[in-house]
Amino acid sequence: MSDPILEVKNLKKYFRVTNGVLKAVDNVNLSIQRGETFGLVGESGCGKSTLGRTIMRLYNTTEGQVLFNGENVHQLKGSRLKQFNRDMQMVFQDPYASLNPRMTVGDIIAEGIDIHRLSSGVKRRERVSELLQTVGLPEEHASRFPHEFSGGQRQRIGIARALAINPQFIVADEPVSALDVSVQAQVINLFKRLQEENGLTYLFISHDLAMVKHIADRVGVMYLGSLTEVAQSHELYRNPLHPYTVALLSAIPIPDPEVERKRERIILEGDVPSPINPPPGCRFFARCPKAMPQCQVDTPRWIEVETDHYVACHLYK
Amino acid sequence: MENILEVKDLKVSFHTYAGEVQAVRGVSFDLKKGEVLAIVGESGCGKSVTSQTIMRLIPSPPSIIKEGSILFDKKIDLVQLTLKEMESIRGSEIGMIFQDPMTSLNPTMTIGKQITEGLVRHQGLSKEKAQKEAIELLSLVGIPRPETRIKQYPHEFSGGMRQRVMIAISLACRPKLLIADEPTTALDVTIQAQIIDLLKDLQEKIGSSIIIITHNLGVVADIAQRVVVMYAGKIVEQGTVDDIFYRAQHPYTWGLLHSILRLDDDEKSELVPIEGMPPDLLAPPQGCAFAARCPHAMNICLNEDPQTQIIQDEHSMACWLMDKRMRTEIR
Repeated sequence: MSDPILEVKNLKKYFRVTNGVLKAVDNVNLSIQRGETFGLVGESGCGKSTLGRTIMRLYNTTEGQVLFNGENVHQLKGSRLKQFNRDMQMVFQDPYASLNPRMTVGDIIAEGIDIHRLSSGVKRRERVSELLQTVGLPEEHASRFPHEFSGGQRQRIGIARALAINPQFIVADEPVSALDVSVQAQVINLFKRLQEENGLTYLFISHDLAMVKHIADRVGVMYLGSLTEVAQSHELYRNPLHPYTVALLSAIPIPDPEVERKRERIILEGDVPSPINPPPGCRFFARCPKAMPQCQVDTPRWIEVETDHYVACHLYK
Repeated sequence: MENILEVKDLKVSFHTYAGEVQAVRGVSFDLKKGEVLAIVGESGCGKSVTSQTIMRLIPSPPSIIKEGSILFDKKIDLVQLTLKEMESIRGSEIGMIFQDPMTSLNPTMTIGKQITEGLVRHQGLSKEKAQKEAIELLSLVGIPRPETRIKQYPHEFSGGMRQRVMIAISLACRPKLLIADEPTTALDVTIQAQIIDLLKDLQEKIGSSIIIITHNLGVVADIAQRVVVMYAGKIVEQGTVDDIFYRAQHPYTWGLLHSILRLDDDEKSELVPIEGMPPDLLAPPQGCAFAARCPHAMNICLNEDPQTQIIQDEHSMACWLMDKRMRTEIR
């Protein structure tokens, strides 16, 4: 039944900075099942992108492991590593900065094909046309340059590039947040269709909770480098347990004036504290409306409160 | 209620190497005293150009105001003012909050100096009085320890705190009109909630009229009383929030409302995007600008631009579907 494609175990990623240690990811545990979409949400600076990048092997770990198909990602070498690089691909946030302006769209999409020597000549050209069609762009666009495209079209090109070498797993880091709403919907629908057609697994990183709720099967909430809660997406939205999740959900305005007039909002005081040399205890302590003395001392344990619903908070035993 | 602002048939263009970009193509709307009006639309629809033209912040060249008038407080046409005359209005009568709190403050000046600047200049306060007022403003916008904070520089403030400082600056002279251009877009949701709450609270206390420009319909539902929907440099529909959210008549407004996700939806409903892209404003289409993406487009839409029609009270829109001849046919 359980068939994890990716497992993250006690993962830590620290950065040395001038005045101490920046704990970007601190002791994260999660597993992602084959074929599912795992949504990772949190505010800026919570470590969600660092986690995605460490999983991608763009960063080394400080401690802990990332297992992909049972293999420790950060110890892969030679042909195993090459295979891993084909199996996992990334779609970036900024469609303006993530495409080389001096390469044609065709060469951008085929870069992975060239590196892994998967095909050349006519076959390569055919593959590029096929990929362009898959993401809803005309095949003639292969000879154009990125500046000729709008943000939504560029994001489609970025997706085509990620698909080019038939990956199993795609890390999408804020893939639609730079786009207008009507275009966001186009790209999200494309992600969903590609998943159905190719059996892909997604790690979908976003600050937009409504978007993540829509696309993800399970959702993890991060705060200051740690996971605070993980649950099935409908369960998380219906029954949030961690005070941070509750506040986060409450902060999002609903596009419905009737609902907004009736709603009582929980407004968190203050800002997210600095992840440099964080104090002991629960990271959310300073802003938590339900903080207890114990929270300042002990780091809450990661526990399964209900089936498949995990939370790190002293309110739950 | 009296109107604080009347924008009539405003047309703004930019001269570029490629030709004339018609960014705003005939926009008319009113703002009542004490009202919060939201202007919504996608990037490039002309919402920011409209607001910056009200503030006369767009340099000319490359921009020109081709036509129209902006009547402020029933007596001054902002379009006719010289830049010198405009300076006495900017910051004192009309305040502005920008999208990016990271770049809209001067990094080399203390926060206190930046707040008192307007007070000394427009209201002729002495330095000491201005300083006192600045401290009061900072505590009004919810910044703790204002006495020490006032001596600090922008880099010592977080994003949300900087936006609070921006709000304090824009409110320093108690402006009659406040323009907020995407005031929460660069902020995290929990901070966004704080800022929107603050704006609502201050609006009650000070009674300024507010124009808020945003693409976030959740924020609109939360704060606005009236909404203007823009597409390709024109207003396609305007009305009260309830008109727009519950009784929308324009296919573009429908499209916008369908393409957003709601956190309180129980079912995983299919997202309905608006296919295609907005038109190039270098050569705007002859007919309705939305016709190429509109699922209800008819022949006439491609050839002739629809006139704005009043549906009821404050609710108006521009679409051939609402033409009298069309409606009798449907009936």
